[in-house]
Amino acid sequence: MILFDSVSKKFGSSTALDDVSMEIKQGEFVFIVGPSGAGKSTLLRILTRELLPTSGKVMVATHDITKIKDKDVPNLRRKVGVVFQDFKLLDDRTVFENVSLALEVLGKKDDEIAKQVEHILKLVEIWDKRNLFPKQLSGGEAQRTAIARAIVGKPDVLLADEPTGDLDPKTAWGVIQLLNEINSWGTTIFMATHNQEIVNTLKRRVIVLKNGKIIKDSKEGKYE
Amino acid sequence: MNRSLEYAKRNIRRTPFQAIAASMVMFLTFFALLSFLIVGAGSDETLKFFERKPQAIAFFKEGTTTQDISSIENALKSEDKVLSTKYISKEDALKKYQEANKDQPLLTELVSSSILPASLEISTKSPEDLSLIADILSREPVVEQVFLPKDVIKNLTSITTIIRSVGAAVVGFLLIFATLVIVMIIGFKIRLKRSEIEIMRLLGASPSFIRNPFILEGIFYGVAGAVSAWIVSYGLLWYFTPFLKGYLGEVKLLPVNPLFMLSILGASVSLAFIVGGLGSISAVKRYLKI
Repeated sequence: MILFDSVSKKFGSSTALDDVSMEIKQGEFVFIVGPSGAGKSTLLRILTRELLPTSGKVMVATHDITKIKDKDVPNLRRKVGVVFQDFKLLDDRTVFENVSLALEVLGKKDDEIAKQVEHILKLVEIWDKRNLFPKQLSGGEAQRTAIARAIVGKPDVLLADEPTGDLDPKTAWGVIQLLNEINSWGTTIFMATHNQEIVNTLKRRVIVLKNGKIIKDSKEGKYE
Repeated sequence: MNRSLEYAKRNIRRTPFQAIAASMVMFLTFFALLSFLIVGAGSDETLKFFERKPQAIAFFKEGTTTQDISSIENALKSEDKVLSTKYISKEDALKKYQEANKDQPLLTELVSSSILPASLEISTKSPEDLSLIADILSREPVVEQVFLPKDVIKNLTSITTIIRSVGAAVVGFLLIFATLVIVMIIGFKIRLKRSEIEIMRLLGASPSFIRNPFILEGIFYGVAGAVSAWIVSYGLLWYFTPFLKGYLGEVKLLPVNPLFMLSILGASVSLAFIVGGLGSISAVKRYLKI
């Protein structure tokens, strides 16, 4: 599903990723942990092809990120859903419109969009908030909206960059349970986090990054 | 394309002041363009009217016989520079005078055919040949005076040239200005929607999906300005037609031909499409990095 083969990324003289190699299979739930500046976000940004590695090979499904043509980048991104710590919702659109956007870019018709958005909003339990704007939502509701937007197009992989970073523990757990459920449908989840409690409770694969290098990769791992 | 139109509509609706400002600049540009176009076409037609009119008029002395006039007319007809000749008898001259002054009975009552001279109207193929014909006529002993409207044509030609040159310069400047305004407004909107564009990119939107609404928006401002300028120009022309008709006298320019107005609507909408499209495409190329 995802393959990193000797991937390095340099920004001028500083090294963000240093010879990173790993493989993530379809349907896995993987935590990527490490201190700030370890290279977690760089890793995720390479997967969405916002950044290109300086060297090495990266595969996402059948796409080789390093060789993919510009015109094919949208197709890659449609297979990779992204959730951010700061939600990145559009303030001038309602919950419904924010989620619709993901299907509009895919060229879906209005009636199809309405049906799918209703389904996904009910699934993440914010259907009753569909006409509210992001500013009127709590942190948990906003993150559920962002998750709904990321998965409504049925991506193969869901990347989550510190999705619980701005949430209180109870709300954070609600979001994690939701991600767990999405994973149970077969969607690969790749989540960067600092939250020890979540990592240690879920007991999923944990990849530890430090100074751009993988220092530990363990199944049912822990974050110490 | 439907989605792009929907997005463009939303962009316009959500920033109404910018939309009004852009449309007003385009309106001013196209109003100036249409004004110069209408005045230019009008002066062209006026010039043609004078060029087509009998260009030289020879007035005959009292007592000139029709035989004398016929021989002059025949001599002129044999000149290949002459297009046509028309004899106006004293009676015809009176009729023309009465027709021209039918609203002023005092003037018509005072004049009889005896005081009006007979005349010959001569039209040449080219205005340059007019002086030669005038010289020939002046040498005829029965000719009292030759009226040559070449000064009218000369003045009209220079006025038309000035209108065309000034019009082209002003409209050219305004078109460049309008294009830059579109670049500026669309560029501003792109910056305003930076986060939305970023999210769309991450969701897998194609470049055209992101770009097209901005391009359509620029085209909308151009076309809206051009159409409103056309409506206002046509309205003003229609409103002032009675006044202008009296001022133009014999020159039959008004009421303006609707087909002419439709053709300039087509031309200005096409130009607006190009200006709006060019402005917004430039803005997209410069400010929208996808």
